[in-house]
Amino acid sequence: MKNVHEIVEKNAGLLAVFVLIAISFGAMVEIMPLMYQQQTMKPVDGLKPYTALQLEGRDIYIREGCVGCHSQMIRPFRSETERYGHYSVAGESVWEHPFLWGSKRTGPDLARVGGRYSDDWHFAHMMNPRDVVPESNMPGFPWLAENTLDGELTAKKMEVFRGFGVPYTDEDIAGAKAAVQGKTEMEALIAYLQVLGTALK
Amino acid sequence: MSSFWSIWISVISLGSLVGCYFLLRWCLANKTGVEEGDDMHHEFDGIIEINNGLPKWWTYMFYMVLVWALLYFLLYPGLGNFPGILGWKSSHQDIRSLAESKAAMAAARENGEIVQYDRELEFAAEKFDPVFAAIAAKPIEELLQDEEALKVGQRLFLQNCSMCHGSDARGATGFPNLTDDDWLYGGSFEKIKETLHLGRQGQMPGWLDAMGEKGIEEVVEYTLSLSGRSVNQQLADKGQARFAMCAACHGQDGKGNQQLGAPNLTDIIWLYGGSKRAVTETLNYGRNGVMPAFDERLGEEKIHVVSAYVYSLSHK
Repeated sequence: MKNVHEIVEKNAGLLAVFVLIAISFGAMVEIMPLMYQQQTMKPVDGLKPYTALQLEGRDIYIREGCVGCHSQMIRPFRSETERYGHYSVAGESVWEHPFLWGSKRTGPDLARVGGRYSDDWHFAHMMNPRDVVPESNMPGFPWLAENTLDGELTAKKMEVFRGFGVPYTDEDIAGAKAAVQGKTEMEALIAYLQVLGTALK
Repeated sequence: MSSFWSIWISVISLGSLVGCYFLLRWCLANKTGVEEGDDMHHEFDGIIEINNGLPKWWTYMFYMVLVWALLYFLLYPGLGNFPGILGWKSSHQDIRSLAESKAAMAAARENGEIVQYDRELEFAAEKFDPVFAAIAAKPIEELLQDEEALKVGQRLFLQNCSMCHGSDARGATGFPNLTDDDWLYGGSFEKIKETLHLGRQGQMPGWLDAMGEKGIEEVVEYTLSLSGRSVNQQLADKGQARFAMCAACHGQDGKGNQQLGAPNLTDIIWLYGGSKRAVTETLNYGRNGVMPAFDERLGEEKIHVVSAYVYSLSHK
């Protein structure tokens, strides 16, 4: 026991184990209790699982990297709630796997964009944002209007989400493919955007 | 939070602080077997390591951070269910509806709790509510002369309406121009307010299935003739016979119906474009223009101001 410190310093593997142990105290306090809290497990009163089309839209949102520029998390500051609406609450995200809160706002927050604009606006905006907002620096996503969904994996995705505790019924899953087949990716994405943040009422 | 998790968090958090303290104490002692300042017998490329203790400034900072952490735990919420001596919190948690949110705000005010977000709202209400109340009490005739009020209205318009109607309020394809005094749902001050409060839902059905391509072509010709365009008269005459279907909303004379939001087809203002191709598209597939409701978002007073601004654009 001459110089214990030296042993740790000279064994990278051992050092990594100790680092992990040190970090795990933070996780035990910050993360673990949340998994057992009512407020993070119980949905808000108006929350409904995403429909098949909305769920596909969410995947397109992820695929196109929207989360890189748009957050979905309204913080409890007046400067944010005046613009975006009521601050986000935990019960709105209980069925999000993974959640898309994001951390970068090159564009505005989208946590409550649902119902804020018309479907037509979203379509025009997604084709070329500058058609409706001249000063926008968002890229256009015109291919979404051409790509159609085949719905091959929609039912499977819903089953996976059911495994996470999202209350999809057997009928939801059985009708998933028919609900999205032939729809454009644009329709799916707009359906997703139009439901964002509408559960808290 | 259940008391188990509350204790769990408190014990680990405080335990970590104590652990950090003892770790620091342990690291301060010289256990190398080498006098301080002496050579540690490591040499790499002629660089040797000297046995130096932890710097004093760094050590004292470490102690200060530990004290700071303890003070923080004491004053602010952090240790499980302990609310902190200050009774401060940033916002309400465990909310499942807007009604619950309002109830939580009211309860906190009654109990004298310090909720940062609620305070922000209260300060803002104290400052701005009288301003909006004063403007909202004025009738439209007065507001039209009130430069300040119209500026407030313009600011609100830019924040809430310009994304669709444009920052100059001249609209775009599919989004009405608000400066031309041509109105789908009526342009009186009251009607504009109603539009803002409740929103509007346009419902032009598609006619391709019912009329077929030939039928559409004829109706397009007739429709274009209503605004004095030169058209194929033969087709237009046939289209006139079919126009009975359209007249239900647009009127026999095609002048529209503001009760239904059916546009006037006899002027040269076209929301979705007046080219033959655009009108054909409209007839084929229909249009469903939506104006969202701003009732909850803005409230009566702000809607009053924005409506005055919008009204002023065509009533200077």
